[in-house]
Amino acid sequence: MKFKILKTIAVTALISSVSVTAGIADILDTIKERGTLIVGVKADYKPYGFLDSSGTVIGLEPDLAQDVADKLGVAIEYVPVVSSNRMQFLEQGKIDLMIATMTDKPDRRKVVQIVDPNYYSSGTNVLALKSLGLKDWNDLNGKPVCGIQGAFYNKATSQNYGAEIVAFKGTAEAYSALKAGNCAAFVYDDSAIVAKTNDPAWSDYEMPLATIDDAPWGLAVGLGEDNFAALMSEMITGWHKSGRILELEKKWGVTNTPFAKEMHDKYK
Amino acid sequence: MDFIFEWFRTLYSETGVNLPFIYDEYDRKRMAEGLLTTIWLSLICLFFSVIIGVIGAWLQGSSLKWTRRIVNGYIQLFRNTPPLVQLYFFYFAIGTLLPRVENDWGGTSPMLGSFAWAAISLSFFAGAFNVEIFRSGIEAVPKSTVEAAEALGFSRLQIYRDITLPLAFRVVIPAMNNNLVNLVKTTTLAYAIAVPEMLYEANQIWSDNVNVTEMMIFLLLAYFVLVGVLVAGMNKWERAMKIPGFG
Repeated sequence: MKFKILKTIAVTALISSVSVTAGIADILDTIKERGTLIVGVKADYKPYGFLDSSGTVIGLEPDLAQDVADKLGVAIEYVPVVSSNRMQFLEQGKIDLMIATMTDKPDRRKVVQIVDPNYYSSGTNVLALKSLGLKDWNDLNGKPVCGIQGAFYNKATSQNYGAEIVAFKGTAEAYSALKAGNCAAFVYDDSAIVAKTNDPAWSDYEMPLATIDDAPWGLAVGLGEDNFAALMSEMITGWHKSGRILELEKKWGVTNTPFAKEMHDKYK
Repeated sequence: MDFIFEWFRTLYSETGVNLPFIYDEYDRKRMAEGLLTTIWLSLICLFFSVIIGVIGAWLQGSSLKWTRRIVNGYIQLFRNTPPLVQLYFFYFAIGTLLPRVENDWGGTSPMLGSFAWAAISLSFFAGAFNVEIFRSGIEAVPKSTVEAAEALGFSRLQIYRDITLPLAFRVVIPAMNNNLVNLVKTTTLAYAIAVPEMLYEANQIWSDNVNVTEMMIFLLLAYFVLVGVLVAGMNKWERAMKIPGFG
């Protein structure tokens, strides 16, 4: 028994040392050797990454990831991530690539390698009952506002507008807390809220405020993976050039965003 | 004070050790509130779980069949389900079924908020264990002692209150300590229903500042100290309660 445990430890140590050396080598080789590209995507962010009725991850971002896998000629595996763990997953090598609705921020660039140009963009807005008649961000002062743990605008919303943030792990909990009346509004990305207001089950709700913090999204690879980053940069330019993003927006029922149109015109 | 805050800001720019909950006023305030929420939630749950344990153990010895059955049903239900599932169940299932009240922003919201549900759920969770712990203590009291009290004309409540419980209490303190220490640590689960306790605030801070390592170390130390204080207090109490020649 003892021998077996020792053996397990030895094997584990061996495997981890192998994967460490693999990390130093180029990740593109690792992916090709493995035959699968492991991509971190959202699974609770309709329509950018969500689960269909059979539990498969689908959405705009998984479609983009599929393009990358096709280009590399490998199979694809999706790992659902949330805002509070997505960068750690990439740092630890659990995923090769992260396309997870992440806003591009300077301090995040220190931790993961965000690829230029940005592939998408969104701003912050709230979902609230029409009957509340919210007009201005300052109307949120002193009211409980649902949010997602780890979202960067939680701090701004409470610091600048005096809202009391009630943050949940995932969007499902936040939406049900909003429906139950635990919060007056739900502060989130405008792109996801627009999709929600089109949903008949949410017809009493609106996106009443002016979008703030319009910020670009960045997809990311591990720090130091320059070859992979160069490849991804080429892919993103290609997506903008061919109008792939606009096409996918249409496919997933999102009104074409000004950012996607602008980028298409720029690279056309 | 500002001098110290600035020192930590310099520490970040010089070495990369980022402790925003010391130098950033906003983060400092929310971390302090998180700590207070954790302490407050722990105290409430400690108090009610012990009360539930004492009353539950008494009802378990009841001569009425249905009282015993209900108490046992409660213990099975709360002991055999994970506390996180209980929190979700209370907050999202029971919470929405309760009558709604007008809130001050012009809508209606459920009667109880996340803090209240966390306090209720965790008290019942730890209480279920406390009932069993107290039962073990009561069973350790010699039958002859109880019979002697009966012979002196004590009622059942009097025997429990004045004879069995004080003796049982001394027996159960070590086991109860364990359970209460666990309870304090279990309060971190309340972050799942958005109770702004320490883990919740730390999570928000590390998401804003990408300083996971520092926050993890801080959290570990903070809980170590918090539980250490509780254990020290309980040990002191245990010594103070000691009866020479018993146990």
